[in-house]
Amino acid sequence: MANQMDISVEQQPKTTVGEPVLANEKEKERQVYREIAQMDSFKLLVKKKKKFLFSTTILFLIAYIMLPVLTSFTSVLEHRVIGKITWVWVYSLSLFVMTIVLCEVYKYRAGKFDKEVEKIMKEYGDSK
Amino acid sequence: MSIVTISFFLGIVGLTLFVTYLAAKKTSSASDFYTAGGGLKGWQNGLAISGDYLSAAAFLGVSGAIALSGFDGFFFSVGYVVANLVVLYIIAEPLRNLGRYTLADMITARFNEKRVRAAAALSTITIVILYMIAQLVGAGALIQLLFGIDYWIAVLIVGIMMTIYVLFGGMGATSWVQIIKACLLLFGTGLMSFLVLRHFDYSIINMFDKVSQATEHGDNFLNSGVKYTNGFDSISMLIALVLGTGGLPHILMRFFTVKDARTARTSISWTTWITSIFFTLTIFLGFGAAAFVGVKDIMAANAAGNLAAPLLAEYLGGNVLLSFICAVAFATILAVVSGLVLTGASAISHDLYGEILKKGQLTEKQQMLAARVGSIVLAACSILLALGAQSLNVSFLVSFAFCIAASANLPVILYTIYWKRFTSTGAIAATITGLVSCLVLGALSPNVWNLEGTAIFVGEALFPLTNPAIITVPLGFLAGYIGSMLSKKEENDDVFDEITVKANTGMGVSDISH
Repeated sequence: MANQMDISVEQQPKTTVGEPVLANEKEKERQVYREIAQMDSFKLLVKKKKKFLFSTTILFLIAYIMLPVLTSFTSVLEHRVIGKITWVWVYSLSLFVMTIVLCEVYKYRAGKFDKEVEKIMKEYGDSK
Repeated sequence: MSIVTISFFLGIVGLTLFVTYLAAKKTSSASDFYTAGGGLKGWQNGLAISGDYLSAAAFLGVSGAIALSGFDGFFFSVGYVVANLVVLYIIAEPLRNLGRYTLADMITARFNEKRVRAAAALSTITIVILYMIAQLVGAGALIQLLFGIDYWIAVLIVGIMMTIYVLFGGMGATSWVQIIKACLLLFGTGLMSFLVLRHFDYSIINMFDKVSQATEHGDNFLNSGVKYTNGFDSISMLIALVLGTGGLPHILMRFFTVKDARTARTSISWTTWITSIFFTLTIFLGFGAAAFVGVKDIMAANAAGNLAAPLLAEYLGGNVLLSFICAVAFATILAVVSGLVLTGASAISHDLYGEILKKGQLTEKQQMLAARVGSIVLAACSILLALGAQSLNVSFLVSFAFCIAASANLPVILYTIYWKRFTSTGAIAATITGLVSCLVLGALSPNVWNLEGTAIFVGEALFPLTNPAIITVPLGFLAGYIGSMLSKKEENDDVFDEITVKANTGMGVSDISH
């Protein structure tokens, strides 16, 4: 579990809540989001995250869709591995293993991203 | 019905009603009602999401399909499991960070327009109703077979039970019913798999060997091709499964029941482990049924193979295990339809009535009333539709719901979070194109038309695939792209900044939820 990290809402800049004038508050809130979005460290984080998320997603989707492609248009998965167990079962179950492994990889990476977010928030807080 | 059957049955009903009673005491606001106040723990929500995945279609349907057509039946299992990754990698966290009660909330966080909300609510309601009819008709037929009750009484019982859970206990009760059912189902399948393996002398190699001799398909049973002969059809169906799960509204809604993105992450990690284990066990159930019950008896009880698991339970553990598995199947049906009622009600009462008609000006009390009225209306409509649809073969509706979710919802979710140039026109274009293309191609498919008269109409299907996802998913994405490029670039740099910051940091979650 990634519960060591704490970027809970309480620690974030309190600029967004509790201001008396509503329109003003909305504008202030916008200002905060704009400023964070323009920070170099934040932009870098978003870029890194996207690269990790989408490259992994494309890879596992290809591994997945190869299963029906291979069973429909080739017979490579029909050969036996041990006894009567054919490769198609081994391939399918390795997709299960892949799912569990990638799930754990994600949790690990996301924990690291959490830490970076925490750092960025601190950097933002200090600049105020 | 024996005394054992009745006691298991009443035990489940009693336990779930008790949970509903406890949850009812905690349900006092709209947020409690729709999202259990955002207070579920990671493992609780993880079990509840697993409960949604492990519907009657998954438990009875997949084990039956494996028993009848071997590996081709197992295709579904692979789709359900890998779908976890799509949800985890690209949807769960941003969704939790941006949304409140519904999918439409999340999309309108970026495009605050009524027509965008209306389009999202429309696709939610369509998916929920299709899914619901399939579950209720399946449930009615199943209960009729298991307990010997008339179809219409069975549908009414399920309908009344689901309405009680949702009406009084809201999302709290629905989640706990899911959790209880997921645990019972895991225990039941675990026990049955162990018993099956014992009958094969604890040897998986021996199991494959015996099964290859047990059916008329011989060795082909262990390869693809028994059921799916059209390659594009199986590819299309697998696309719908893997991408559709991340767009199913009742699954998406579950992410609003936890407090932050990290808990959403933990939930889906639990779901990944549980579903991986469960769907591996479906091999044992399917093979066990094929070897010990036999295809002839399975088909005699139900042509689609839906009773393979209960029949196997009877073979393995007599009346006691049969009764237990039937009671679990009943709980499964109840849990899934309750989640559907709640999701449908959120689209009707929160999106259409509260936000569009009343412009978000409802008091907490009015919101609660609207939510409850919405639940009753939706439940009543579904029951009536299910009563009318008894004689239809509705099993294709489930994969169809996945197809709409993948084609109409997923493109909009992804573009909203990740694409700066996306516009509200693009959002509407994607939703409507995905929805309409699925419905049109579905209506022209072999599920509706065939020459043998086993479908709804007699005639030649104009569209050759049973599941159109391979065409409609790209169409949905394309429509979103073209719609955005053709419409004027919106001056929404600020809003996209806000979305990006919120999605990546979780800022503002406390203001928008609890």
